Amino acid sequence: MRRDFLIKKIALLLFLVSFVAMAQDHNNDLALHSSEETEESGSSLRVEIKEFINHHLLDSHDFSLFSYKDEHGKDVHVGMPLPVIIYDSESGLNVFSSSKFHHGETVAENNGSYFKLYHGKIYKTDAAGTISYDDHHHAINTKPIDFSITKNVTFIFLVGMLMFFMFMKMAKNYKTSAIPKGMGRLLEPIILYVRDEIAIPNIGHKHYKKYMSYLLTVFFFIWIVNLLGLTPVGINVTNNIAVTLSLALITYLLTTFTANKNYWKHIFWMPGVPTPMKFLLAPIELLGTIIKPFSLMIRLYANITAGHIVLMSIIGMMFIFKNWIGSPLSFGLAFALSLLELLVAALQAYIFTMLSALYFGSAVEEHDDH
Amino acid sequence: MEGLNYIGAGLIVIGAAVGIGRIGGSAMDAIARQPEASGKIQTAMLIAAALIEGIGFAALFAA
Repeated sequence: MRRDFLIKKIALLLFLVSFVAMAQDHNNDLALHSSEETEESGSSLRVEIKEFINHHLLDSHDFSLFSYKDEHGKDVHVGMPLPVIIYDSESGLNVFSSSKFHHGETVAENNGSYFKLYHGKIYKTDAAGTISYDDHHHAINTKPIDFSITKNVTFIFLVGMLMFFMFMKMAKNYKTSAIPKGMGRLLEPIILYVRDEIAIPNIGHKHYKKYMSYLLTVFFFIWIVNLLGLTPVGINVTNNIAVTLSLALITYLLTTFTANKNYWKHIFWMPGVPTPMKFLLAPIELLGTIIKPFSLMIRLYANITAGHIVLMSIIGMMFIFKNWIGSPLSFGLAFALSLLELLVAALQAYIFTMLSALYFGSAVEEHDDH
Repeated sequence: MEGLNYIGAGLIVIGAAVGIGRIGGSAMDAIARQPEASGKIQTAMLIAAALIEGIGFAALFAA
């Protein structure tokens, strides 16, 4: 009993610390910059906060935990480099470490071709690393095709492995006893919830089993990724539209390829509608099949992105006000918003799973003709 | 005429907020009338709210 209580206390403490640590992490970075900016006008500070937020939202080629300026005013990055894999029609496949870029400061050389990191994107350059621009100040250098293991990809791999070991351990438990042990105690009710409240009511008793693996995977993946995105490491995978695109694409493909003839009938030749209307409605219905996964993609992406922008803007307020009201206000708001984000993290996973189940349900529904 | 897109986005966000507010309010009424159906009502409420929210975000990103 005593031990249990102790563990609970420690867990609560860690939980609280994580919030403070998150605020600390963002603050440190801003504070160091802002201390030098105090003499300058407020607008440059605002620009810097904006840049910092934009940088936080982007994917990057190195796993950077934080950066600071040493006594000589040089940027010191703490983190680790990640592999860069790029394909270019002239030089072929290039594989090298992102430490060669030195965070965009130098030109990386590999097998006689030169690459430079500019605003998070890799461009092919000459040995001096010249980047040419068009009228709108966009770089016009050729961009190689980028397959790099970026920060987000690393994180997806890590979450994938975490989930694999978590659920394999749980599955093994069921071989010896009907009651799960350890982590399984927490996961079992959630899995049952996904089955009984999301899958069965929306898909139906007959067909739900073949979709369960996908629904569970997507639910836990989005949830864990969202939660870990709120930690001080701050890698938010779900605010990368490519990730949500792939998730939505899987839902779309599953819906399309497991659909029965009733589904297609209701799209192209819906029963009970006058014939001229059928010609009008068929294109709309067909468009609807694409809009549904598209809205899945936008919803998840936009919710997480908006949450992070608002959270970081509120933390940034502290450096704009710089008085005794601003800082506690900003801290309090950031704390409240973090709690809200915890809810949003679970809610978005739920909604994504729920709507996927709804679409699967419509694909396998068996109708009596109306 | 610059900045009209922001006004448009603002209008859409106001509309979405009103919509979600109405959904929430109606769900509260429904739960008060039939507390035993609260689970189903919540599910339907969340789906409807999510659909409206999607439009709001689409407007924000278009602006």
